[in-house]
Amino acid sequence: MSDTVESSASGAPGAADGGEEGETRRDFLLLATTAFGAVGAAFAIWPFVDSMNPSADVLALSSIEVDLSPIAKGQRITVKWRGAPVFIEHRTQAQIDAARKDDKADLIDPQLDKDRAKRPEWLIMVGICTHLGCIPLGQKSGQPKGEWGGWFCPCHGSHYDTSGRIRKGPAPKNLPIPEYEFLSDTVVRIG
Amino acid sequence: MTVSEWPKQAVSWFDERLPVFTFMQHELNEYPTPRNLSYWWNFGSLAGIVLVVMIATGIVLAMHYTPHVDMAYDSIEQRIMRDVNYGWLMRYVHLNGASMFFLLVYIHLFRGLYYGSYKAPREVLWWLGIILLLLMMMTAFMGYVLPWGQMSFWAATVITNLFSAIPLIGDQIVTWLWGGFAVGNPTLNRFYSLHYLMPFVIVGVVMLHLVALHMHGSNNPLGIDRKEERDSIPFHPYYTIKDALGLGVFFIVFAVFVFFAPNFLGEAENYVRANPFQTPAEIVPDWYFLPYYAILRSITFDIWFIPAKLIGVTAMFGSLMLLFALPWLDTSKVRSARFRPIYKQVYWVFVVDCLVLGWVGANRPEGHILIIGQVATAYYFLHFLVLMPLIGWFEKPRPLPDSISKAVLERPAPPAEAGTGGAE
Repeated sequence: MSDTVESSASGAPGAADGGEEGETRRDFLLLATTAFGAVGAAFAIWPFVDSMNPSADVLALSSIEVDLSPIAKGQRITVKWRGAPVFIEHRTQAQIDAARKDDKADLIDPQLDKDRAKRPEWLIMVGICTHLGCIPLGQKSGQPKGEWGGWFCPCHGSHYDTSGRIRKGPAPKNLPIPEYEFLSDTVVRIG
Repeated sequence: MTVSEWPKQAVSWFDERLPVFTFMQHELNEYPTPRNLSYWWNFGSLAGIVLVVMIATGIVLAMHYTPHVDMAYDSIEQRIMRDVNYGWLMRYVHLNGASMFFLLVYIHLFRGLYYGSYKAPREVLWWLGIILLLLMMMTAFMGYVLPWGQMSFWAATVITNLFSAIPLIGDQIVTWLWGGFAVGNPTLNRFYSLHYLMPFVIVGVVMLHLVALHMHGSNNPLGIDRKEERDSIPFHPYYTIKDALGLGVFFIVFAVFVFFAPNFLGEAENYVRANPFQTPAEIVPDWYFLPYYAILRSITFDIWFIPAKLIGVTAMFGSLMLLFALPWLDTSKVRSARFRPIYKQVYWVFVVDCLVLGWVGANRPEGHILIIGQVATAYYFLHFLVLMPLIGWFEKPRPLPDSISKAVLERPAPPAEAGTGGAE
């Protein structure tokens, strides 16, 4: 405050002996201080934003191990991973063949079946429709499986094939494949 | 001084230190208001009163509610609805109050559209109103999630998934919103925190809305500025009594819902506990979101490389963002539709269009309903982007009266006015 008063008081008579220079220095200080303050504030916001990201206890539950031995050929099971359903299917040879044959079909989100299943007889996918997050039907016997014998989302009518690829409807992407790894022939770790 | 004088002295003592009495005298008692406001001008103050009711009931409900995925449903259905004294009343008033709030605000908004209340010099007042509507929508959505029923859970899933349509960082944003990898306990907790915060933000913006309103005062059914002394009357007692009568009528309607049909406006599915592994056969939002939902679901086609999902989300948010530009999209200098023969008709077509969108939003987007939704969506944007600018340009408005008092006090033949006034 006192600076301002001083500068305006000395402004007119001191213009000849470097008064203008004083203005520039003051401008620089003001700009530098404001910029420093703004950058500091931006850094201070980050902890608030990041605190809303998944916390350590949520992340700790982010991988599970599944015993595959009780799943018969042609059977589909659902396991819970990160609060979301994961579809595991023990595919029959006929289903694998159908999926491979469709590799060349006109796909909405082109992907080869061998890129979607590390071991062709085991299809492991996140069971969340890529449209708006509904759970597609087809896991239980008697539920509609859609036109390609895979899954069908009842919310807005998306059809997925035996490789979990989107074939028809508003969903833009195939059912996502989670990170997973076979620990043995009958145990898989998801996440 | 005599005993009868000292309350006056006390008031002026206080007023010199904090001018609340001067403020009230100025903004309520003396505040000049157009003499011709109709009952369509009741809805702003009614909405303000419902906001107070929502905050009052909400604070009490928060004392009994438990924001945890395992306990939220029971804390409402068991404790608040059955065990807490008058908990059922607080809950049903809060539940139906949300619907009433939107009903009042929508009428308030369409009143503004008809009488051109958004035009100069009230553009910022109009903006603040749209901001209030957006804040209300966020608050209502997060409140709807708190009971943790099936619709709560799946509405939260579908709405937060809208953000995944954002290119490149969409998925990270959704994870950040959830605080996990699906809608879960962290999501419920933050929605509860924000649902409690937002109403107070709304109160703040309402204050700004009122400051902006009091700069130029209310618009009026004739849409012309006040020119003479006799064009205005003081707000109190003329409009305090008019608002009070409207409030009485409104509370009757509100009470009918609360006491006789408390779940009429809700979804039965939300009385089923949230199950992340089973999607309900149909996910439907509350009625006040249906038109936007219809716009979202009408976009089933890609345009070039832009996926349908992104276009749908953009169209839905765009339908509201468009309102910010309305003061400039409407090129007519005349405010009130009473003097705009063509806009007056187009206005009602637009009202019907919004109702059709609402109806489409409540139904599955298949077959002819999808087509109707797409046509109604296209018309919604056509109305604002094409018709509003064009009509203002070629329409020949009827002559405006010289002043409010001339039009109101010296009207030539009452039957003619009744003919045009009926629909307004």
